[in-house]
Amino acid sequence: MTPTRKKRLLLILMVAMGVSIAVAIFLTAFKENIMFFKSPTEVVANDFPDNRSFRLGGMVKEDSLTRIPDSLKVQFIVTDFAADVRVEYEGILPDLFREGQGVVTIGKMTPNSLFVAEEVLAKHDENYMPPEAAGALQEAKEKMKGAE
Amino acid sequence: MLASIGQFLLILSLCTAAVLMLVPMTGYFKNNDSLMRAGRPLAYVLFLLVLTSFLILVALFVTQDFSVTYVWKHSSLELPLRYRITATWGAHEGSVLMWVTVQALWIAAVARYSRSLSLSQISRVLSVLGIIATGFLAFVLFASNPFEITNPAPLDGRDLNPLLQDFGMIIHPPLLYFGYVGMSVAFSLAVAALIGGQIDEKWIRWSRRWTNIAWAFLTVGIILGSWWAYYELGWGGWWFWDPVENASFLPWLAGTALIHVQAVSERKNAFRGWTVLLAIIAFSLCILGTFLVRSGSITSVHSFAADPFRGIFILILLAIYAGGALTLYALRVNQLRSKDTINLNSKETLLLANSLIFITATFTILLGTIFPMIFEAMGKKISVGSPYFGLMLFLLMIPMAVLLPLGAQLKWHKDNVLTAIKSLIPHFFIAAVLTVIAFYVFDTLNLRATAGIFGGFWIASTSVAQVVKFPGKPNAGFIGMTVAHLGVAVFLFGMSMTEHKDVEKDILLKPGQSTMLAGYEFTFNGVKQVKVENYQAQQGSITVKQNGNQLVELHPQKRFYPKQQQPMTEADIYPGFTKDIYVSLGEQINKQGDWAVRIYIKPFIRWMWFGGLMMMAGAVIALFSKRNKRQEHQQVDQVMKARLGLS
Repeated sequence: MTPTRKKRLLLILMVAMGVSIAVAIFLTAFKENIMFFKSPTEVVANDFPDNRSFRLGGMVKEDSLTRIPDSLKVQFIVTDFAADVRVEYEGILPDLFREGQGVVTIGKMTPNSLFVAEEVLAKHDENYMPPEAAGALQEAKEKMKGAE
Repeated sequence: MLASIGQFLLILSLCTAAVLMLVPMTGYFKNNDSLMRAGRPLAYVLFLLVLTSFLILVALFVTQDFSVTYVWKHSSLELPLRYRITATWGAHEGSVLMWVTVQALWIAAVARYSRSLSLSQISRVLSVLGIIATGFLAFVLFASNPFEITNPAPLDGRDLNPLLQDFGMIIHPPLLYFGYVGMSVAFSLAVAALIGGQIDEKWIRWSRRWTNIAWAFLTVGIILGSWWAYYELGWGGWWFWDPVENASFLPWLAGTALIHVQAVSERKNAFRGWTVLLAIIAFSLCILGTFLVRSGSITSVHSFAADPFRGIFILILLAIYAGGALTLYALRVNQLRSKDTINLNSKETLLLANSLIFITATFTILLGTIFPMIFEAMGKKISVGSPYFGLMLFLLMIPMAVLLPLGAQLKWHKDNVLTAIKSLIPHFFIAAVLTVIAFYVFDTLNLRATAGIFGGFWIASTSVAQVVKFPGKPNAGFIGMTVAHLGVAVFLFGMSMTEHKDVEKDILLKPGQSTMLAGYEFTFNGVKQVKVENYQAQQGSITVKQNGNQLVELHPQKRFYPKQQQPMTEADIYPGFTKDIYVSLGEQINKQGDWAVRIYIKPFIRWMWFGGLMMMAGAVIALFSKRNKRQEHQQVDQVMKARLGLS
């Protein structure tokens, strides 16, 4: 092998190594941070990732919001009208959080079927429902129709 | 009546744009001078038409003409005048019209300030810009017409989204659009050059200045967006990796790669194909951004309008522009082969590395942004969490920060890398010592913050040394580069501190109750009702004390806009050189007047934005480079000579 070829080969090897390291990091970071969206029906059917955060979306059930006195802890129920999931959250709820309206929560499921949310997102204007939550409600509606 | 005129002007604009798209280009292919000469006047006419129709829309808002659908949907009788004006671009239709108006302005500017280009060049450029204008004007007319009429007219409007009733909304979108659309000039230059089949250095030099201006606008637009989100959304964050934020960040990353590569390709016959490709990528990302913002296909705080037809329309435009340009590129790439060889030990290599790092960052973030859409198409709903973006960008910015001083240090053409590294070693130690000091002053930092701050010191120290050592009088190009790089250092420092040393507290406070955070005492004095302009607010009063001395009394508000039946949190901030104190109201918890209150201490957050402003300033300063001017004069002389010679 001529010295130029050797140099070139070395360069190619280095680039290949760099690229594979980059791809490996990329895939790991991606896998770690991918978050699935689940509807209450799916959660009740135990179809959710264990021990990692996911997004739960639907409607905040009417008259389901309760406050734990002297703290910022709240509990409410997220429903898609086919199934309900109890959610606990400590912190400040977004401005547009209201009973009977769409919501997306991010958190983990605990063994006693309570969803502990780290983050609560509500829609951002009067005409806007989080698309994921709207989709979940739509699906549940169709399923219920199919059951009848 | 006025609305019909506006509509008519829009139709005229579309026709003019179509003529601009066809006539000068036909002139170029037929070698017909008079057709090619039509380009400049057509550009001015187009600008006047579009601007007039935009001003008519503003006038409709100011005069509260509720017979226009767009006006009653986004304005109301109580809306103050300043927000009636800005409501023009507060929602989809108007903001697309503003997009087109800004583009027409860029076209007119290109027509006006292009003396150094030959007739055949400028005619191609204007025609390509005409293609873009035609597409987007068609989009305005057929998919988002702001002049649509409602009959009978409602008595009152539905009001502007309260989030948008703010000073930030007045300036953030126009500036961001100037940057976004400005990238269309670099794109058109690239495509026009591909059509002609050759790129020389004056072509690139000329396009570099326009790219610099567009990049500067984009930078300041993004900073304003970040600042606005910080104080207006009431969440205290400055960047959320929201798809719409990414939409503006992607062209910025690609643009950063572009302006660095242009520095090489204007000096040498090298990397020309890469320059052209980056210009195409940057503008394609701008269109993709418009798609992300306007289609509402992604969960985002910005998706105010969701309409699949509009989304598809923009996707088709994207397919035509990007697809067409890339096809042309594939056909012509052989003619763009580098003629000059590049020495590995030179600034050129490092600038190439810079562009590779930035383009990798672009695609990593692009993937994270559009991946949920791809999954959605397969029936699975996922989202990509912000830690992904943060980690990837952090990793990619390490080589950027490490190599930046080396790139600035190395000479053009041929240098010795080892000598350059040796001259940088002392700065490595200076940066290390400063980082250790910072580590103790700020009471331990985590790994990422330490790395970020070290990067900041490293870049700052080497940049300053290069200024001190610079032989002779520094030129504008060098000053611009140094200011921008110091901006990177300031940004890195501010960002690392804000991200990793901020303290936050969500707490329940009874009237009269106090709480401590980071050495400050916050006393909640209760809430009272106030009525301002078109909203009512519950205004809290919180006294902030340090060591028993009152620092400031903050008045965060929970506003209520009756028209939209919508509450909104308005934070109050005590800004400072080394930290911001940020207070916002959550909600009233019970009848006794207890409130949920959010308190933040954000160290050095202003440094971050100031760093961004320095980057912008650097790009602007570089425009005044004498070297550029001298060579431009020579170019004008040449063009004049050629013209005289012909006639």
